[in-house]
Amino acid sequence: MLDYIWLIPAFPAIGFLLNGFLGKRYPKSVVGWVACSALGLSFLTSILVFFELLGMAPAERHFEKVIFDWVVSGSFQTVIGYQIDPLSILMALVVSGVSFFIHIYSVGYMHDDPGYPRYFTYLNLFVFMMLNLVLANNFLLMFVGWEGVGLCSYLLIGFWFEKDSAANAGKKAFVVNRVGDFGFLLGMFLLFTSLGKHGIWTLHFSEVFANAHLLDPTTVTAITLLFFVGACGKSAQIPLYVWLPDAMEGPTPVSSLIHAATMVTAGVYMIARCNVLYSMAPVSMMIVAIVGVATALYTASIGICQNDIKKVLAYSTISQLGYMFLGVGVGAFSAGIFHLMTHAFFKGLLFLGAGSVMHALSGELDMRKMGGLRKKTPVTFWTFFFATMAIAGIPGLSGFFSKDEILWQAFSSPHGYWLLWAVAALAAGMTAFYMFRALFMTFWGECRAEEHVKHHIHESPKIMTFPLMILAVLSVIGGYIGVPHVLGGANHIHEFLAPVLGGGAEPAKAHAAVALLSQAWASGGEGGASSATLEYVLMAVSVAIAFIGIGMAYLFYVKNPALPKSAAEKLNGLYRLVFNKYYVDEIYQLLFINSLKNLGTGLWRGFDEFIIDGTVNGIAYLFGWLSNAMRRMQTGLVQNYAFSMVIGGVILAGYYVVRAIFY
Amino acid sequence: MAGNVGIIFEWLIFLGLGFASVLASVLLVTRKNPIHSALFLVMTFLCVAGLYILLYSQFIAIIQVLVYAGAIVMLIVFVVMLLDLENELRSTLKIVYSKVIGSLLALLFLLAILYSAVAKSPTGKMGSDTPERVTSNVKAVGEVLFTQYLFPFEILSVLLVAAIIGAVILSKKRT
Amino acid sequence: MWVVPTIPPALYLMLSGVLFTIGVIGALTRRNAIVVFMCIELMLNAVNLTFITLSHFLRSMDGVIFAFFVMAVAAAEAAVGLAIFVLIYRSRETINVDEINLLKW
Repeated sequence: MLDYIWLIPAFPAIGFLLNGFLGKRYPKSVVGWVACSALGLSFLTSILVFFELLGMAPAERHFEKVIFDWVVSGSFQTVIGYQIDPLSILMALVVSGVSFFIHIYSVGYMHDDPGYPRYFTYLNLFVFMMLNLVLANNFLLMFVGWEGVGLCSYLLIGFWFEKDSAANAGKKAFVVNRVGDFGFLLGMFLLFTSLGKHGIWTLHFSEVFANAHLLDPTTVTAITLLFFVGACGKSAQIPLYVWLPDAMEGPTPVSSLIHAATMVTAGVYMIARCNVLYSMAPVSMMIVAIVGVATALYTASIGICQNDIKKVLAYSTISQLGYMFLGVGVGAFSAGIFHLMTHAFFKGLLFLGAGSVMHALSGELDMRKMGGLRKKTPVTFWTFFFATMAIAGIPGLSGFFSKDEILWQAFSSPHGYWLLWAVAALAAGMTAFYMFRALFMTFWGECRAEEHVKHHIHESPKIMTFPLMILAVLSVIGGYIGVPHVLGGANHIHEFLAPVLGGGAEPAKAHAAVALLSQAWASGGEGGASSATLEYVLMAVSVAIAFIGIGMAYLFYVKNPALPKSAAEKLNGLYRLVFNKYYVDEIYQLLFINSLKNLGTGLWRGFDEFIIDGTVNGIAYLFGWLSNAMRRMQTGLVQNYAFSMVIGGVILAGYYVVRAIFY
Repeated sequence: MAGNVGIIFEWLIFLGLGFASVLASVLLVTRKNPIHSALFLVMTFLCVAGLYILLYSQFIAIIQVLVYAGAIVMLIVFVVMLLDLENELRSTLKIVYSKVIGSLLALLFLLAILYSAVAKSPTGKMGSDTPERVTSNVKAVGEVLFTQYLFPFEILSVLLVAAIIGAVILSKKRT
Repeated sequence: MWVVPTIPPALYLMLSGVLFTIGVIGALTRRNAIVVFMCIELMLNAVNLTFITLSHFLRSMDGVIFAFFVMAVAAAEAAVGLAIFVLIYRSRETINVDEINLLKW
């Protein structure tokens, strides 16, 4: 089965081609079937490969399949090849699985849209690119997938391109992503040339990581920081997060798939994949952790004041990504990946639920006009409720285990610091608050919708609620593969990912440098009774903070609905600042966009039009003028011609005379 | 003294003919009436023919008189009379700068020639026809013309035929 | 009494140069086309004189032959040229070179 791992990305590629070229020819139902079955087959193949991998010994779990040679240039060789190891197969499972359910949901959600075939074409293309990204065995193929998902994000955000706001949002996403990609490219170049100085010309993961110890720390810090810039762009951290809230212009399943479950997690995956490099550069890791936790707090604060349900979820996504970066920043790579997985489940579910709410309310997005949907849309309500509990970190659900693992590692890991834990805990409290605020405003109390909307409130069709239920189940039970040792669990996911990410009993043969990591893990994280007590205490504190957040949300939005308004009026300045997202978009416009636009216009008018066109036109004009002047020589008078001959003769004779005189 | 007579005579003839030819050419260039100019042209030709005789090229001298002074000038005179040209009116002459500057340049050219004539003696490979060997110029010319330069001679005849045909066709009246 | 030297070739060449210059000035200055033509013949003569001079002083027949050819060509040129003058006079009623300038810009 392992030989067929290339099928995992191939199925969505075939779906893309079929729907892309023939999608308009056959009926809608066939389009849906083609897309969903492509994903289904891909998911099935991933599961089969996963089980085959489980059957191998942990140290053996590394397999590469080369499709064909891509670049063969001297001693540098790159292939189109896929590698299967615990990290990539986990990512592939998450991507293909969640995508599969979202595809099924989209069949129902996008049913009335005229761009139905185009939508599924883009969606399949996106999954293909994402699978390339996670399964790639070298940096270049990963970058192809990286760029490809950026492209599909642009296509899908601007799916309803007739709307100006959607087209602009797509553009913004692509451009901001590009800034990040530039950093990523520079990092790749630096890595390539640095290794090249030692005579090793490769961008293959296993070869790079095996030889990474040859590089000096400064270079590795530079490389990892550049990679992190790319991750900031793709995974929406400060300062490149501005595209994600605008990306909510796209269809809701797109937001769920791309901007919750898969694309935005590419940055975290990349850092986890390059954990060998990051472990060699503690400065970078510190920066990653600080940026991650700062983003988490900052966007959580913005999420508190938003009224658009999708925007709340968008800021929540950025915040949770901050958590993931905090996790990988303190060296807890497997914790970050674990949170990535659980986040895919509950955030994907939250977005789909929001889509279901919009479907029920005929497209209403403003939470102030919602309410009382609890009785009318029960399935949506209960699935949304479970997802909200998961994200808030209620014990027993998946989010609790992953988030707590990150918080514990933030406190106790060799790279961690108590301040990081404190800020993260505060952000966790704010997360609980705004998520339950969203829940209460949407589902509790009196229905504040308009009359004609109220009449049409209905539960979504089975094809939409079925994925909601599946994801809800996963949100609840998905965490049990990562139960930490202190609570009696075996932390299966940590053990599973250990050959790649360090901390396990024996590192995989292909990851020799990881041996150093596992030693660090052994001393830092687990063992010791005192640290176990500390872990319990911290766990209890975070749970308490979560319940405080929920309680405050209950107070503000169920018990005393007038409280939010009066609080907003009392803290008017602060409220306006936060409500307007700290005016960051306006600042960027002022600082960067206007100056770049002016530069572009200046270059266009000044350089292109004036200098280049001027030169070309000027040369033509010069020749015209010259010939105009010269044609007056043709007077038609013979004696003028004789005159010019005399001049020539004089010059000739004069030359010889002068030569005779002076030499 | 007696031996100098020949050479003095030669000098006298040379100076006379030289001045006469220059005078005639100056008058040729300045006369208003084209017939006067033609006549002065004849005089120039005849003086130059005399100079040729001084240079022991009798053949060319005779040819000069026959062809140039005889045929060409006659042609010119006929054309002038045929076209019934009037005298060139001096009053309508305007100062055309190109002509003035051209004349000055021609004078410069003259200076160059004078300098080169004085500064260098005629260089070049000395031929083998010493005056002792060339007794008769016509015979010598014939010897060279019909052996060494036969091909150009024949081409020249073709040229003359072309000229004749051209002249005839050009002056035919269009009917 | 001293020996009077033979006429140096330089004198002949200077004379030839003078004749040539006069011919150039005439060709540039005169307006009557036939007079211009006569000046051209004068220039050819000057050149012929140079050839004969150098042929004599270099003791070679080549110059003489060349002068012969020049004369033949001048004759041919005279014939054709004067025929053209006649034609131009027929169509333009003038032989003034200043007025025959159609082939211009």
